[in-house]
Amino acid sequence: MKNRISWRVATVSSARWETASARTLVLDVPDWPGHLPGQHIDVRLTAEDGYSAQRSYSIASAWPGSLEITVQRLADGEVSPYLTDEVQPGDQIELRGPVGGWFVWRSSSPAPVLLIAGGSGVVPLMSMIRARGDARGRQPFRLIYSVRTPEDAAYADELRRRVRDDPGLDVHFVYTRKAPEGAGTPKRIDVAAINSHGWPPDFQPDCYVCGPTGFVETAADILVALGHDPKRIRTERFGGA
Amino acid sequence: MGIISRGFGGRRRESLPGLPPGQYLTHDFPVLSAGPTPRIPLDKWKFTIATETGEKHTWDWKEFTALPAEEFTVDIHCVTKWSKLGTTWKGVALDTLFEDVESAADYTMAHSYGGYTTNVPLDDLLDGKAWLVYEFDGEPLHPEHGGPVRLLVPHLYFWKSAKWVNGLQMINDDEPGFWEAGGYHMYGDPWREQRYQGD
Repeated sequence: MKNRISWRVATVSSARWETASARTLVLDVPDWPGHLPGQHIDVRLTAEDGYSAQRSYSIASAWPGSLEITVQRLADGEVSPYLTDEVQPGDQIELRGPVGGWFVWRSSSPAPVLLIAGGSGVVPLMSMIRARGDARGRQPFRLIYSVRTPEDAAYADELRRRVRDDPGLDVHFVYTRKAPEGAGTPKRIDVAAINSHGWPPDFQPDCYVCGPTGFVETAADILVALGHDPKRIRTERFGGA
Repeated sequence: MGIISRGFGGRRRESLPGLPPGQYLTHDFPVLSAGPTPRIPLDKWKFTIATETGEKHTWDWKEFTALPAEEFTVDIHCVTKWSKLGTTWKGVALDTLFEDVESAADYTMAHSYGGYTTNVPLDDLLDGKAWLVYEFDGEPLHPEHGGPVRLLVPHLYFWKSAKWVNGLQMINDDEPGFWEAGGYHMYGDPWREQRYQGD
């Protein structure tokens, strides 16, 4: 039985931009209990007059290691613009977690893994890729990563490096607005992309799909139609406000 | 009060009477589910209340939609912090479904197509507090939002309002459902911010 998930004070130890609108915060929490890839934290910000706002953010890093979140700035957001544009190393925020025991990958699981990310939905999947790398996992991983343009791809250099160094990891980009030279015409994720770059259903992969609601609906429906067991398809959706 | 986050002003939204603590208002309808959306043909749909003694009460689509239905407007609150105020639904009150059910059990486990479960005390389903809904905003409930039929328990966090619901099992002792077993609160009162175990 877990105890109450208490609020902790985290210090931002460093920050880096992943894209023009997504920023990774490295958070120093002295008594962090550790986390599984795919879990999230709740962040609480409090203004001087006591007004506070909470949001959930997926953890991007693997543990043991660091606690990092990657925050996508939402134009009309209340919390995300503060975390991307305002917060600086040395600042403190409150957080609690880790939270979530469903959308997680355990390095003890031998099954092949198919990761399907839409936009900033890549964050918890990156944590899985990093955890597998740290554990020198031999489970074959494939990531299908849908982004609007090449400039919108977070972790692009690290993914390229990992693919180069690790024959067990494949990454396929789907470009929806602007594709780089030689990558064909931009299009949304479809049956062909998932069929060609995923795993066949008889490999019984564990599938993790994360992204905006419409994207997740589409990708999960395609997986089911291709014959994947719905029980092996885990989804995490965001969107709305 | 927590520590001050330097430079954080917040949106300074006016506080709304219908908004529980820690929630923000949304006007669209976010979707949260643990897996793919099940599609259930209406001629295959069934709903069953099973008592702790094994007695079963089952309705098919025709029987269910022949029951007296209500249209009503309520606020809904998701544990992921969004709230949506003034949502309009049509459905059958659980009071109606429980009219002929004899049970001494205090708890229920809601079961859904797709395997989802969530626990709700029986008292929280009766006396006009919960419905099985099949229309949202005058339209058939979309599969993304739990159609053809979802449970609606608006006074609890929305994960208690099981999508694609197909049954209620009466149980004598409270047991965790899907998210509850993963660390979420057993009851989930938004006004007391019962998000996780121990809150």
